[in-house]
Amino acid sequence: MAGLHKSDIKNPVLNWIDTRMPVFTMMEKEYGSFPTPKNFNYFWNFGALAMVTLAIMIVTGIFLAMNYTPNTEMAFDSVQRIMRDVNYGWLIRYVHQNGASMFFIVVYVHIFRGLYYGSYKAPRELLWIIGVALLLAMMATAFMGYVLPWGQMSYWGATVITNLFSAIPLVGTDIVQWLWGGFSVSNPTLNRFFSLHYLMPFVIVGLVFLHVVALHITGSNNPLGIDVKSPQDTLPFHPYYTVKDSVGLCVFLAIFAAIVFFAPNMLGDPNNFIPANPLQTPADIVPEWYFLPFYAILRSVPNKLGGVAMMFGSIAVLFVLPWLDTSRVRSARFRPIYRPLVFVLVAAVVVLGMVGAHRPEGIWVVLGRVATTYYFLHFLVILPALGILEKPLPLPESISNPVLPRRGGGGGPLPGGVPAAPMEKP
Amino acid sequence: MSASTLLRRLLPAAMAASVLLAAPAVRAEEALPHEHWSFSGIFGGLDLAAAQRGFQVYNEVCSSCHSMNLLHYRDLAGIGLTAQQIKDIAASKTVPGPLDDNGDETTRPGTPADVFKAPYKNSKAAGAAFGGAAPPDQSVLLNAREGGADYIYGILTGYVDPPAGFKVPDGLYYNEYMPGHLIHMPQPLHDDQVTYADGTKATVAQMAHDVTTFLYWTSNPEAVTRKRMGVRVVLFLVLMAGLTYTVKRQIWSDVEH
Amino acid sequence: MAELAAAGTGGHHGAHGGDGRRDFLRLITASGAVIGVGAIAWPLIDSMNPSKDVLALSSVETDLTPIELGSGITVVWRGKPIFVRHRTEKEIKEAEDVQMSQLIEPQPDSERVKAGHAQWIVLIGICTHLGCVPLGNKPTDPRGEWGGWFCPCHGSQYDTSGRVRHGPAPLNLYIPPYAFESNTKIKIG
Repeated sequence: MAGLHKSDIKNPVLNWIDTRMPVFTMMEKEYGSFPTPKNFNYFWNFGALAMVTLAIMIVTGIFLAMNYTPNTEMAFDSVQRIMRDVNYGWLIRYVHQNGASMFFIVVYVHIFRGLYYGSYKAPRELLWIIGVALLLAMMATAFMGYVLPWGQMSYWGATVITNLFSAIPLVGTDIVQWLWGGFSVSNPTLNRFFSLHYLMPFVIVGLVFLHVVALHITGSNNPLGIDVKSPQDTLPFHPYYTVKDSVGLCVFLAIFAAIVFFAPNMLGDPNNFIPANPLQTPADIVPEWYFLPFYAILRSVPNKLGGVAMMFGSIAVLFVLPWLDTSRVRSARFRPIYRPLVFVLVAAVVVLGMVGAHRPEGIWVVLGRVATTYYFLHFLVILPALGILEKPLPLPESISNPVLPRRGGGGGPLPGGVPAAPMEKP
Repeated sequence: MSASTLLRRLLPAAMAASVLLAAPAVRAEEALPHEHWSFSGIFGGLDLAAAQRGFQVYNEVCSSCHSMNLLHYRDLAGIGLTAQQIKDIAASKTVPGPLDDNGDETTRPGTPADVFKAPYKNSKAAGAAFGGAAPPDQSVLLNAREGGADYIYGILTGYVDPPAGFKVPDGLYYNEYMPGHLIHMPQPLHDDQVTYADGTKATVAQMAHDVTTFLYWTSNPEAVTRKRMGVRVVLFLVLMAGLTYTVKRQIWSDVEH
Repeated sequence: MAELAAAGTGGHHGAHGGDGRRDFLRLITASGAVIGVGAIAWPLIDSMNPSKDVLALSSVETDLTPIELGSGITVVWRGKPIFVRHRTEKEIKEAEDVQMSQLIEPQPDSERVKAGHAQWIVLIGICTHLGCVPLGNKPTDPRGEWGGWFCPCHGSQYDTSGRVRHGPAPLNLYIPPYAFESNTKIKIG
């Protein structure tokens, strides 16, 4: 449907643009008056925080790339030159280096929010799937970025992770050599990792755009997990949530800054201050903290192919989560059995993280296997069964009237067999 | 306790736990000595006199085996040496010059822009001189070792007699703080090995302390600026958090929630 | 942060608190956000300025003793060729005695050398026409009619003071900033 847009913008220049390309109207609609549930808690800050962190990573990355040399002979020294000789180079690099960790913290909390409040459930399945794709893209980007400083951990991390693909039957070796562009992690590998590390963030930006588009079609979930029923349930995004996001942003940036300025190497590994040496593996190879749970799953399986399959499976299972969870209630607040189990899942992941940081000996092997088992049990067995076994608490009537329906008998669980208020169509 | 309060309490704990995970496994060796360092803590600065003495120790002792390829003489301004002192130190070194008209290598006196002169031409040559175990480059050595300053100090002061029955093979030395207790480097520091211009007594502990301070600086030359800037940035952000929170309270004051 | 600035001027009005005090608070908050964004921008911008290793090479010291009378050397300074020439008495006299009216860009020789060091002329060796490097440092090079330098690209000629005497170059050869550290050593830059 062609035709000029009728713009309400007062400013003549903006109006002229808006008439021909209604970006300002769109911004107003999507981030100005956009109706947003009024009962968000601060967990709903983390999407915006992730977006800001992505922007910080891209901007600092562009300036780092101006001084970085993707060559095995020069990469390590070029990073140190950034730290020592480039004006504010240390600041830009430490922000970028720790920004990766901050990004994962924010995204992991964001994912937890989704799990706890059932944000992955109908009608937000696609929104969730795009989110899982974002997580994968982030992981790939972070992994390749960690290789670039060409320290010992960079090199051996790259070697170990790329070797995972050798577990694939028949074509494994060919795939690994294709990834390397040689017969080991070497200069061609570093070159392509740099190229892809520069490309991937823009893929992530594209996915974030789709993530937001999907979000603005379905509208946001909320802590009660019930649908918006009337305009009384919502507030315009601006100024209510712009200012609320700003509060969270300031706190987040303060924590981020404290790490960057006071303990920039806290999350790093001392071994990465040693230039890569293909002939000597460091005594303890540990991935960055945000990969530790997955690394632990990998090591919990004594079979090479099995371990790799489980590790990728731990992400893959998230893609189908909307259909594994059969409950019709979103928010864990109204799911008496699911609620503690989310925390058990979090505990399992934290344990897996600790397992990943230790050598696979003694108690750590047992803990790793138990936690891995629970992780998969949670998604593949418990969630499908809970939908049938669990009796949800009665749901409130609406967001603006968050009291229990009177006929529900005041606070207690519904009588057996009576389903809680199902997901109403908005 | 409502779900959200519970979450609010659990979340920081979970985050702290995951941060702590990054701290790698504690080494099962001797506990490292805990020196008091001028540079530790958020407000830590740098004891310039110690760093300058440390440079003297590096220059007169360490540099006969260890390179420092990321440092330039000009960088020494960071530990408070004057332009003239830097020029004189650089000029006292003979560094490779440009090829002459016949294509032969030449030498020239160093300039402040030159990299610290390395004791060996390259790591192969260094390795050959030490039976394959090339002394590591010291530019970022302190950051490259778990335990950092305390570890470096521990190694430098940790040469003691091996316990009875501990067999020390030829070419290796016993060190209390070295993982596995065997180290290729013979004890590098001995009392009165250098003569400090400021009259400080050059004990092993003193020299170890000074050279560790110097090595902290070579590993983290930006640290003093970084921390000072950090205090301002964090204060600013905390202030902004307070301001935005107040504005948020005002804007939300008419919303029932 | 931009969101914050927008929030500060947002049209929504709460029911409590004096309007003046509230608007002032929002103004402060918005200004803080603007300052914050500015403070973030500066390190990024400054990172593109010449870095310390580049600045360390921004001045070069040159020993004048090996330069024979009547010839010159080329040293590289900030990526550019610098001519340092040891002028003979005759060359100095020619440079000093020339009539200003004969020059394309009139400038006395005394302004182009350091007082007391008239035997040394230091020039940026880039022709002011289109950027070629003129010939004439070695006595055996073509030096043009005025005994200075000759640009092989389009035939510009310079005298022993580096002043253009024959086009197409419009200007004299530039003099780099330099100073005598001692009688036999100069520091360029």
